[in-house]
Amino acid sequence: MATLNVLVLVCLSYVALLFIVAFMADRAAKQGRARWLRSPVIYTLSLSIYCTAWTFYGAVGFAARSGLEFVTIYLGPSLVMIGWWWTLRKMVRVGRSQRITSIADLISSRFGKSNSLAVFVTVIAVIVLAPYIALQLQSVTLSFDTVASPDFIATKDASGQQATALWVAAGLAVFTILFGTRNVDANERHHGVVMAIAIEAVVKLIALLAVGVFVVWGLSGGVGATLDRIDASPIATWEVPGSRWVGLTLLSAAAFICLPRMFQVMVVESEHEDHLRMASWAFPAYLMAMSLFVVPIAVVGLDMLPADANPDLFVLTLPLMEGREGLAILSFLGGFSSATSMVIVAAIALSTMVSNHIVMPIWLRSTGGSAIISGDVRSVAMLARRLAIAVILFLGYLYLRLSGGGSALAAIGLISFVGAAQFLPALMGGLFWRGATRSGAMAGLGLGFVVWLYCLFLPSFGPSGILPQTVFENGLFGMSWLRPYALFGTEGMDPVMHAVLWSILLNAGSFILVSILSLPQPIERLQGAQFVNVFDHSSTPGGWSGGLAQSEDLMIMAQRIMGARDAQTLFAEEAQRQGLGGYLPEPSPDFLNRLERELSGSIGAAAAHAMISQIVGGATVSVQDLMAVADETAQIMEYSSRLEAKTDEQARTARQLREANEKLTQISVQKDAFLSQISHELRTPMTSIRSFSEILRDTDSLSGEERNKYASIIQEEATRLTRLLDDLLDLSVLENSQVVLNQQSGTLFDLLERAIAAADVTGKLRIHRKPEREKVMLNTDLDRLTQVFINLISNAGKYCESDTPELRIKAETRDGDLVVDFIDNGEGIPRNHQAVIFEKFARVGETKAGGAGLGLAICREVMGRLGGSISYVPGQAGAAFRVRVPMEAGQHVQAAQ
Amino acid sequence: MRRGPPTIFVQERTYKRRRMADAARMLPILGVILFMIPLLWSDGETGPDSTRTAAVMIYLFVVWAALTGVAAVLSRRLGPEEDTPEDSATEEDAG
Repeated sequence: MATLNVLVLVCLSYVALLFIVAFMADRAAKQGRARWLRSPVIYTLSLSIYCTAWTFYGAVGFAARSGLEFVTIYLGPSLVMIGWWWTLRKMVRVGRSQRITSIADLISSRFGKSNSLAVFVTVIAVIVLAPYIALQLQSVTLSFDTVASPDFIATKDASGQQATALWVAAGLAVFTILFGTRNVDANERHHGVVMAIAIEAVVKLIALLAVGVFVVWGLSGGVGATLDRIDASPIATWEVPGSRWVGLTLLSAAAFICLPRMFQVMVVESEHEDHLRMASWAFPAYLMAMSLFVVPIAVVGLDMLPADANPDLFVLTLPLMEGREGLAILSFLGGFSSATSMVIVAAIALSTMVSNHIVMPIWLRSTGGSAIISGDVRSVAMLARRLAIAVILFLGYLYLRLSGGGSALAAIGLISFVGAAQFLPALMGGLFWRGATRSGAMAGLGLGFVVWLYCLFLPSFGPSGILPQTVFENGLFGMSWLRPYALFGTEGMDPVMHAVLWSILLNAGSFILVSILSLPQPIERLQGAQFVNVFDHSSTPGGWSGGLAQSEDLMIMAQRIMGARDAQTLFAEEAQRQGLGGYLPEPSPDFLNRLERELSGSIGAAAAHAMISQIVGGATVSVQDLMAVADETAQIMEYSSRLEAKTDEQARTARQLREANEKLTQISVQKDAFLSQISHELRTPMTSIRSFSEILRDTDSLSGEERNKYASIIQEEATRLTRLLDDLLDLSVLENSQVVLNQQSGTLFDLLERAIAAADVTGKLRIHRKPEREKVMLNTDLDRLTQVFINLISNAGKYCESDTPELRIKAETRDGDLVVDFIDNGEGIPRNHQAVIFEKFARVGETKAGGAGLGLAICREVMGRLGGSISYVPGQAGAAFRVRVPMEAGQHVQAAQ
Repeated sequence: MRRGPPTIFVQERTYKRRRMADAARMLPILGVILFMIPLLWSDGETGPDSTRTAAVMIYLFVVWAALTGVAAVLSRRLGPEEDTPEDSATEEDAG
């Protein structure tokens, strides 16, 4: 007869075995020689933590009470696994590429790395999981009591049960703390734990199958006889309500995806995406095997055991009643391992969430954020996790105690399922809908959680537990449409289905509505794109491109997180491996990856990644960083475009300066040429004057005729000098604005007639004119204008080198100005002289007709005074000058006629 | 490398793999339909003529096993991705 002591001994040795397995697996993983640890088989088996004590004990109880309905809890997950190509593949890919550490991390990452959302999800998860933990406690407690009690029917003594439950809770807490937080320095993947739960998966499957085989072939006498027994049992007919059949299948499918512990093994502990491929069929097969004997065991139990036996314990009581102690112990171990594996993984998942999203942010903030201190973040993380595990188990115990502990296991489990399913809209929306926003997720989660609390969680404490009886009957605040089991007047529904319907409906509805109405932050949109289009973006998480990282900064950070000794050892090792002395290795990508792995075990993968990226820089930047960079870039671009404009301006100025300089140089050359010319011009008449005046003075024997001739030469030369000096004076007066304009009226025709006559070119130059066009009345200083015309005409006479020199004079009015062109048929003015011909002293080459080079300069000054202009028009047959005179006061004679 | 217009004609192997992915997507839908069929059998009566639990149980487990088998075959055909562009294209199909 198994006594309690034997049971405790069995449990302890089983736990010791698990420790040994986990230890060896961890060591193997550390030495990198454990490829089999990362096989898809282990992955598939680790998924079996879905099958908890609820499955091991509760499924039979469920079947005994409601027939085949129990199977919905396994059909849902099977369908999800078979449909891995839809959802799980994406979830695992996102989890790996974003280094997700928990479901809270996933949801918060998707919605803009919002820590408030992570905290919210964590809190919900902790509350939701309390009934589930309570379920495990209750089942282990019941199994202990059953085996220990003399008649194998669990005692109904509540106080005794609660005492056992407390012991169980405390034992599980210690076990989980020792087991789950043994090594926080590897990374978020717990090889040892995964290996241990794989072992437990095998143990519980074998135990359940063994009991099933014993029941079918040992007690019933074969398959046919068992089927007959089913037909004769109270659950012989198929009368499952359609709503529950469909609803529970969907609910279990949702919970399978959303439960934190399932997320932990499925996504976080996932070694390779490809493992899903095997799990997609192997895990449904596992579930099928677990469910295969449930109905036979239930039927045989109902048939053979006393009516007051707890159907949840048939798996255990049947072998006990038949005196098969070995089988009973195996069955007990199966139940125990189901419960422990669930508690371990759930507690690890939840404590990671609590530590990473609640404790660490607060601790880091309270210790000054990024201040560099030589603290030990790891010890804080460890402590946080251990405390979290204790608190979580205590909450489970509290729930068990408050709810009375008398409920069927499946009923308790469903409460958690509905709670966990509240993550579904945010999770799926986040993975498949880019428009989902943080506010939407908050609203949906919040509303769904409140409905779940009100319709399922709080009522589960009994009619007078937390909610008073009046609320059940009359609704909250006496509003009948707020009755917990008949929200909005939906009476007569099954409470679980009622809660599922309203919570998911309101959750999804508000999630979608608020998402549509709210505007996401840029980082949300970026993350949304990365999550939804994860297959376009990345195949594996990006490695570090080191080189920029400061080894010393990394060391300071690592010391702070891992503790000084461990960090120094790690750095020294790495430096040695790289063939360097001292403590500072090169920040190679390999080393950075290793460091990140080490850190992630202490503070979570996401945080570790963020911290390293902050120091390394470049490899991964947040959107805020990008936006800051973009701002700077915009500023730089603006600045550079301004610079560019300035450069253009300077180039223009430089060009102008160059032109001016060229002009000046040319002018200077012209001036030099002029000076020699003017001195020559002045000296020639002066020489004549002097020599002839000397002849007149010194020679007495001059005839009157000779004297007369010499005197007139002197006079002529003096006139030439006077004219030259007059010109110079004229120009100087014009330039100094001292000229007084004498306004007169006359026609252009008369002006030109006078000019041609005065220029004295008759016979030398043929002049073509169109007199009818010259009948333009001008009102300006006609004498000055005539002077310009004379100059131009006489220039043409002097410089035109054609055999038959011709000059065309074209007059027309253009834009209110009178334009007169003087075009000869000579060679024109060379291009390089065009710029300077209007300058003083400018002379084109060494001309034979020696002018002083003042004519055109005077013309320009005159035209400037008259408000017009004179310019050279290149590209004509010969030299072409254009005179432009404003006609403000001018009138067209023809128009007047 | 993945950019550019989607090709209409792909290698037969690639084509087959895409159809396998389609099948993998359809399988859970088929599963849901098959698992819901027993609901049509229950006529609400509780007399001796109503559907037997044993029959439904056998039906469910046969369907379950068949789905598992098909999933196993499909997962074998959907081996590790060798040609990524094809995969991204199917993802776009999936929306």
